[in-house]
Amino acid sequence: MSDWNMLTLVGADRPGIVAQLTRVLYQLGCNLGEASMIRLGGNFTIMLMVGGERSPDEILEALKPAAEEMGLRLHLDPLRGGLHQHLLPNLQVRVAGADRAGIVAEVTRTLAEQGFNILELESDVAGDRDRPIYIMNIQGYCDATLEAVQGALAPLSESGVSVDVSPVDVMIG
Amino acid sequence: MAILDILKLPDPRLKTVSEPVERFDDEFRAFVADLEETRQAGPAAVGIAAPQVGRFQRIVIIDLSSRPKTPNHGHLILVNPEIVHWEGYAMGREGCLSVPDYTGNVIRATHIRLKTQDPEGQEHQYDMEGFEARAVQHELDHLDGLLFVDRVVSRRTDLYRRKVYKT
Repeated sequence: MSDWNMLTLVGADRPGIVAQLTRVLYQLGCNLGEASMIRLGGNFTIMLMVGGERSPDEILEALKPAAEEMGLRLHLDPLRGGLHQHLLPNLQVRVAGADRAGIVAEVTRTLAEQGFNILELESDVAGDRDRPIYIMNIQGYCDATLEAVQGALAPLSESGVSVDVSPVDVMIG
Repeated sequence: MAILDILKLPDPRLKTVSEPVERFDDEFRAFVADLEETRQAGPAAVGIAAPQVGRFQRIVIIDLSSRPKTPNHGHLILVNPEIVHWEGYAMGREGCLSVPDYTGNVIRATHIRLKTQDPEGQEHQYDMEGFEARAVQHELDHLDGLLFVDRVVSRRTDLYRRKVYKT
């Protein structure tokens, strides 16, 4: 179980995609690791760790008929690393504001300057077509203090984007 | 004193509903000491419940004394604890000695009132909030055979559409 591949699939969403793909992989003798599936803009997207003895070519070949039938784009990359490499976040950054170009670039550049390692990022556009609102949640790890990160992000708040930094306190019990 | 083995998922014994403590004797106190030693031996856990070491009695240890900025009641040994009032709810990230290498988001009440006995059998009542309230709810779940993985929600879950659960 040392060799993992990262399988990426994107396409029009419909019920049953995961079931069909994972059945093919199971029948091929593959193991599945961590996965993240989400609808983005009405599309099905998944990134899935696939392990086992099969070569990347064999995996792609086996998935091709199902992917073609469902109109999914398929991509497979050999993956370094593996399971049990989780890092715990200690800070959460919530961003919301009238949608405009550059919010993500500005927030993440500031975070990068603070040495903030983004572990999870999700963003959405809410509101309506005329007045879209950009909403982003970031969780990550940073050695700088919450106050330092807050201070660095403060200029953004003045430009009309609401930025909130809070601790992520993982309760182990 | 001894460090006890922690039961880990998918051990079916973790689903056991624990029995109330009736005898506050030396054997019971010796077990509590072992449970405390076990908690301290592991990764930084703020709490541990007796069923996590295979003793299916309603005993929990909570210790937030190392977190001066968090409202808490310090080191507590809870015997036959019962939450008698819940208020508010919030999402927070949890992990568990019985579920290594995994954390997930769980919705918990932000304020609770806890009725409990201490190791001498004396009754106490505590009003708890935030992190301490979360820890207590997590540990009390163990006494009813529940793990936090049974309650994990997605980060995208809309908090406001969910009602707080009652055990």
